[in-house]
Amino acid sequence: MNPNVLEIEDLRVSFFSDEGEARAVNRVRFAVPRGKVLALVGESGCGKSVTSYSVLRLIRKPGRIVGGRILFHGADGVSTDLAALSENDPRLFDIRGNRISMIFQEPMTALSPVHTIGNQLEEVLFTHGKPSKAEARARVIEMLGRVGIPAPERRYAQYPFELSGGMRQRIVIAMAMLSRSELLIADEPTTALDVTIQAQVLALMQSLQRETGSSVLLITHDLAVVAQVADLVAVMYLGRIVERGGVREVIKSPLHPYTHGLLASLPGLHGRSERLPSIPGTVPGLFDLPEGCPFHPRCKFAKPGLCDTGEPPPETTQNGRSVCCFRAAEMAELLK
Amino acid sequence: MNYYSIDQIGIPETKPPLLAVRGLCKYFPIRSNGLIRRKIGDVRAVDRVSFDLYRHETLGLVGESGCGKSTTVRTILRALDFTSGRAYFDPEGDGRYVDFGELSARELVPLRRSAQMIFQDPFSSLNPRMTVGSIVAEPLVIHGLARGRALEERVDEILIKVGLKPEYKNRYPHAFSGGQRQRIGIARALVMNPRFVVADEAVSALDVSVQAQVINLLDDLKHDLGLSYIFVAHDLGVVRHICDRVAVMYAGRIVEIGPVETLFEHPAHPYTRLLLASAPIPDPDRRMTPPDPGEVADAGNLPAGCAFAPRCPFASAACRSEIPELREIAPGHTAACPLAEEA
Repeated sequence: MNPNVLEIEDLRVSFFSDEGEARAVNRVRFAVPRGKVLALVGESGCGKSVTSYSVLRLIRKPGRIVGGRILFHGADGVSTDLAALSENDPRLFDIRGNRISMIFQEPMTALSPVHTIGNQLEEVLFTHGKPSKAEARARVIEMLGRVGIPAPERRYAQYPFELSGGMRQRIVIAMAMLSRSELLIADEPTTALDVTIQAQVLALMQSLQRETGSSVLLITHDLAVVAQVADLVAVMYLGRIVERGGVREVIKSPLHPYTHGLLASLPGLHGRSERLPSIPGTVPGLFDLPEGCPFHPRCKFAKPGLCDTGEPPPETTQNGRSVCCFRAAEMAELLK
Repeated sequence: MNYYSIDQIGIPETKPPLLAVRGLCKYFPIRSNGLIRRKIGDVRAVDRVSFDLYRHETLGLVGESGCGKSTTVRTILRALDFTSGRAYFDPEGDGRYVDFGELSARELVPLRRSAQMIFQDPFSSLNPRMTVGSIVAEPLVIHGLARGRALEERVDEILIKVGLKPEYKNRYPHAFSGGQRQRIGIARALVMNPRFVVADEAVSALDVSVQAQVINLLDDLKHDLGLSYIFVAHDLGVVRHICDRVAVMYAGRIVEIGPVETLFEHPAHPYTRLLLASAPIPDPDRRMTPPDPGEVADAGNLPAGCAFAPRCPFASAACRSEIPELREIAPGHTAACPLAEEA
């Protein structure tokens, strides 16, 4: 069996409009190893959600996958290039929700308001198997208990509006877990939740992931969440992965100036009187990308004549880390 | 308009606050279904909230969604009417206080110059059909404070102050990024030289690299212009960075107030401890085991005693029958918990 459940190779996704082609995802490459949590982290508009939507082929016009491969290596030993399937390919329907499931940011829009919790969860079981009604009910109630819903028998008959936001997100997680998918894509699963509930939902996702040995692709903007739950991390900026590697290495000793800047600008780590280090400028629009390294106009280490001409290629460094920076070799020294 | 002296409010003269909130309550009626819509109860969104805001201070107001932190500041500024309580404010800095709660709509108008608000969402809080220049100039026009050249100059001045180019005055909000829009919102709040500014989740919608810029800007403006802030936020890292003192709210009440370092290093109330223990730390070597959070209290259906008792691991029978009052556990550090001890 392939050690990776998902391999993304040189993925390119563009959105086409009158203004031209917006390259939302630009030659992205990473792999999610089986049984691990990989976090895709970056600021709004960096392409992290578009990448995750591409895996399930949820990109709609005017967007399109323009290149690259999305290889899903199933537990059955069959590998499928999801990027090459046609929109109506039956294999896509087998994979979506069944073998790769997705948790969205806003739990209210992911649940049907006119069906009971029990009904919606049972539907997963009926879609993917043929249990008896009583069997399905028992499995749903057991799963509700496991995701920490108090009084699961009562909640079974209730509607989503009767539940708090944190409980709804736990229902969505229960739904994803019921399908026993091999890969779970979680797109900002705790961003809409309060901090005490977030901590609980993250812990729940982790314990269920360890128990079932499934793999997780976590999309988030929050580096603290990454540090807490991920095994591997890939940092995105303007549609590119600028740095990836083990979570400990990347967070403890970032090699790309963008990763370093993001970590430094987290408030609460510095003394009260200190000024918060920030990354100057703002993220440019996808229609007016700078020449050269996309980060160079905001980078304090940018070298004229080097960083503003041509794109830096991804360089692989020690222990499987990769960084896209012309000055990668000196960066470890410069960032000290 | 009634003015109150410091003696009438009952504050010691040694440290006169800019704002003194006393027993502030804001209840929303719960009505029955049907034609009559009889009142059958109250949502106690804000219940007997008291605190002081000193000059040149940033006071953080933290808590989870629905705890009443936004309702508290909106009521103080009279975007909502008071149910009861008082909010004494010293608009001129001369020791003559007015009570926000008892002012008529007309009496409130001049006070808007000294008390302003920065909103959370830089996308919905700016009128998309007005240029940036007219958005920022509007408060001055409404209050008749400047016109013509003087108006233009003042707008340019404040735009530069918040880090925007005055050349952008004729553009519309859609042409700006989230961080820049938040700067426009800040310019509009500060254009009349207020003394007191409420920032309601003012940096929550921003990405972390831009958030850091806006936090630094708010801090610089505070020192340059001598502002005092109430900083409503749910992000504890941001609060720790920017605030001098912090008040923690739960189910409409303040459960703990203290200096920022004391509160973060030695939290006294079990709810404050739960909040701090739940905030993720950006350090993979310090993975936390989250405490069991329980379910957040429903402000429309509060338990008899302490609202936090059902979630509290230390709750006693007394906690379930009596609402604990705020009491001082160390100078300047108060908590509403009988078990809270001096750290």
